[in-house]
Amino acid sequence: MGKYYLNYLDELESEAIFILREVWAQFENPVILFSGGKDSILVTHLAKKAFYPSKIPFPLLHVDTGHNFPETIDFRDRLVKELGVELLVGSVQESIDQGRVAEERGKNATRNALQITTLLDAIETHRIDCAIGGGRRDEEKARAKERFFSHRDDFGQWDPKNQRPELWNLLNGKHFEGEHFRAFPISNWTEMDVWNYILKENIQIPSLYYAHERQVVWRQESWIPVSDFLKLEEGEEVHTKKIRFRTLGDITITGGIESDADTLEKIALEVSAMKQTERGNRSDDKRSETAMEDRKRQGYF
Amino acid sequence: MINVVKRLWKIEKDKDIFRSKTMKLDTNQLLRFTTAGSVDDGKSTLIGRLLYDSKSIFEDQMAAVEITSKRKGHEGVDLALFTDGLRDEREQGITIDVAYRYFTTPRRKFIIADTPGHIQYTRNMVTGASTANAALILIDARHGVIEQTKRHAFIASLLQIPHIIVCINKMDLVDYSEQVYDNIVAQFEEFSSKLYVKDIQFLPISALHGDNVVNRSDKMDWYKGAPLLYTLETMHISSDINKIDARFPVQTVLRPQRDEFLDYRGYAGRVASGIFRPGDEVTILPSGFTSKIKSIDTIDGSLEEAFAPMSVSLSLQDDIDVSRGDMIVKKNNQPKPVQEFDAMLCWLNNDTARPRAKYTIMHTSNEQKAMIKNTVYKIDINTYARDEDDQTLNMNDIARVTIRTTRPLMLDEYRDNRITGSFVLIDDATHETVAAGMIV
Ligand SMILES: Nc1nc2c(ncn2[C@@H]2O[C@H](COP(=O)(O)OP(=O)(O)O)[C@@H](O)[C@H]2O)c(=O)[nH]1
Repeated sequence: MGKYYLNYLDELESEAIFILREVWAQFENPVILFSGGKDSILVTHLAKKAFYPSKIPFPLLHVDTGHNFPETIDFRDRLVKELGVELLVGSVQESIDQGRVAEERGKNATRNALQITTLLDAIETHRIDCAIGGGRRDEEKARAKERFFSHRDDFGQWDPKNQRPELWNLLNGKHFEGEHFRAFPISNWTEMDVWNYILKENIQIPSLYYAHERQVVWRQESWIPVSDFLKLEEGEEVHTKKIRFRTLGDITITGGIESDADTLEKIALEVSAMKQTERGNRSDDKRSETAMEDRKRQGYF
Repeated sequence: MINVVKRLWKIEKDKDIFRSKTMKLDTNQLLRFTTAGSVDDGKSTLIGRLLYDSKSIFEDQMAAVEITSKRKGHEGVDLALFTDGLRDEREQGITIDVAYRYFTTPRRKFIIADTPGHIQYTRNMVTGASTANAALILIDARHGVIEQTKRHAFIASLLQIPHIIVCINKMDLVDYSEQVYDNIVAQFEEFSSKLYVKDIQFLPISALHGDNVVNRSDKMDWYKGAPLLYTLETMHISSDINKIDARFPVQTVLRPQRDEFLDYRGYAGRVASGIFRPGDEVTILPSGFTSKIKSIDTIDGSLEEAFAPMSVSLSLQDDIDVSRGDMIVKKNNQPKPVQEFDAMLCWLNNDTARPRAKYTIMHTSNEQKAMIKNTVYKIDINTYARDEDDQTLNMNDIARVTIRTTRPLMLDEYRDNRITGSFVLIDDATHETVAAGMIV
């Protein structure tokens, strides 16, 4: 007779698989929102487990800001090929070219908020009724009260005050034409859980997460990578540093941390000793206390 | 306060920085708990204290809270601010919904479902309680048991939370008096004898000063029990899951169109209760067909056994028709198929229940149409008095009702099985989840 309980990582895995299977059973046309970051890679990995020996039965959707790390795109294309799944791409550049959105101006301009329009357009074009995201409740206070199945109205908006209660493991994905859902299978995972699981499962992640030498400038309290999109400001100097990224977003706003962690073990250990939250290095979240909530209400990831 | 934080971190750095984060992966369990208390009993402070003393607060979170504390004119750091949620709440200064918090110790991972204690929010407490292993009920030591306390205890027992910890808080304001504590315990025991609760413990604490939260208090020698965190870390929870009645609700069917698996047909689902093994004789409900389990599969290989809450795929020896909504059970232990049954119902929606109107009932992976045939009685959750005349069901009402469905459901009593004994009702006009039910 063995022990009849799961350890916490196995329980989180089982919960995520359950949610992914519910998505597949309850929706006509779901997709995984794939950013190339560790959380969406994890969700994809869990989807592979949930439907094995079938292939993942839905496409990946990448909302491409055009400001990517080249490593992320390489990684994405390899993964899609290996899994044999379809890749859908929504292009922010196209949204700009079509006049759907206007590029932000000013010193800290980013394409972060512009993704909302491109995402919602892609959801409409492809008639997506459920977009599966890698959002975690420990990331940010607006995310802390997301449901596993989170309703979006026909404008793609979230109403945090008027959410459906979610009891036991009963997930209600019913919706009207034009509305859609976001599903968050790894809601209950923390950053540390994600790394411990990546380590345990030996999941492939982009090289950007491992310590590497890179040209960077010091801006807004973190090391911003030099790229075609970076305009040096007065007084800024290019340094070569051994850094790694803790989260991945646009190359223009994702700050790295100095680190020697070049294996998964070392990364997990480093994360366990972190004293700053992971989003602390993302300037999109530094704008205001409610930056995330404001974006999420409008339809952000 | 600020200095204390820096010092704590410094000590941690010098000693054993990984203390609270590295865990033994193979054995550490997950424990979910809810917190209940009326406004100002110190719920937010207690959660803040748990997070803070277990070193789960990051420096940037600390910095944000320090700034807000200063702006609000607090001395030191207001621990309650760590659990601050959305903008509306910040403006109104209250918590409006269920919010989840996480922390980890070397022994366990914890998920807190933080739910508010206002009267209008019974529904949030019910939601948070539905998946909880344990409930913390807070009582202000100065006020003792009040109406809300009875309500919180009632909901915890209704939802069959296996463990209840009654935290008698603000002991610092009653001179850490054993007498005060004993009186409150006696008050609580008096009314709770009417409730069905498996395990109740009492703890004298001060959330503000940290007495008996993470660290043992040096001001209450008369209290011999363990502090709160240790209690949560060591409480025995694996026996709370039903291991007798094997139930496997089918979520979806896996039919890979790949060469190596051409004939494979797997029934994907999560074990609700009991234990399944290859070779077990099983019955498929509602069809009643029988077969044997051929294999229990996962991507990491086939398993010798599967138990709750594992997500697996079952394959059967015979080619029979099984689909979503069906339940695979052991042949010699079956739930009863019923079309009419009684349940305790908590109404969750602003729209009042429409008697004899049709709703969609969601029970495990099965959906049918259902109607509320009648209300047997409504229960006043403050006094536990039953009202057999009032038939209306409004938001936050709890009642025993009779439900009729268009087809039979495979039910267990909620007391025996929290998964196969629970359901929700969905309003087809709005698609909202309007009620939560527990089969009696
Ligand atoms: N003296 C004392 N005050 C406390 C204690 N716990 C909480 N408080 C105070 O009680 C007030 C309400 O606490 P809060 O955590 O916001 O209560 P909530 O409404 O239950 O979340 C705050 O001013 C706290 O500082 C305690 O153990 N002792």
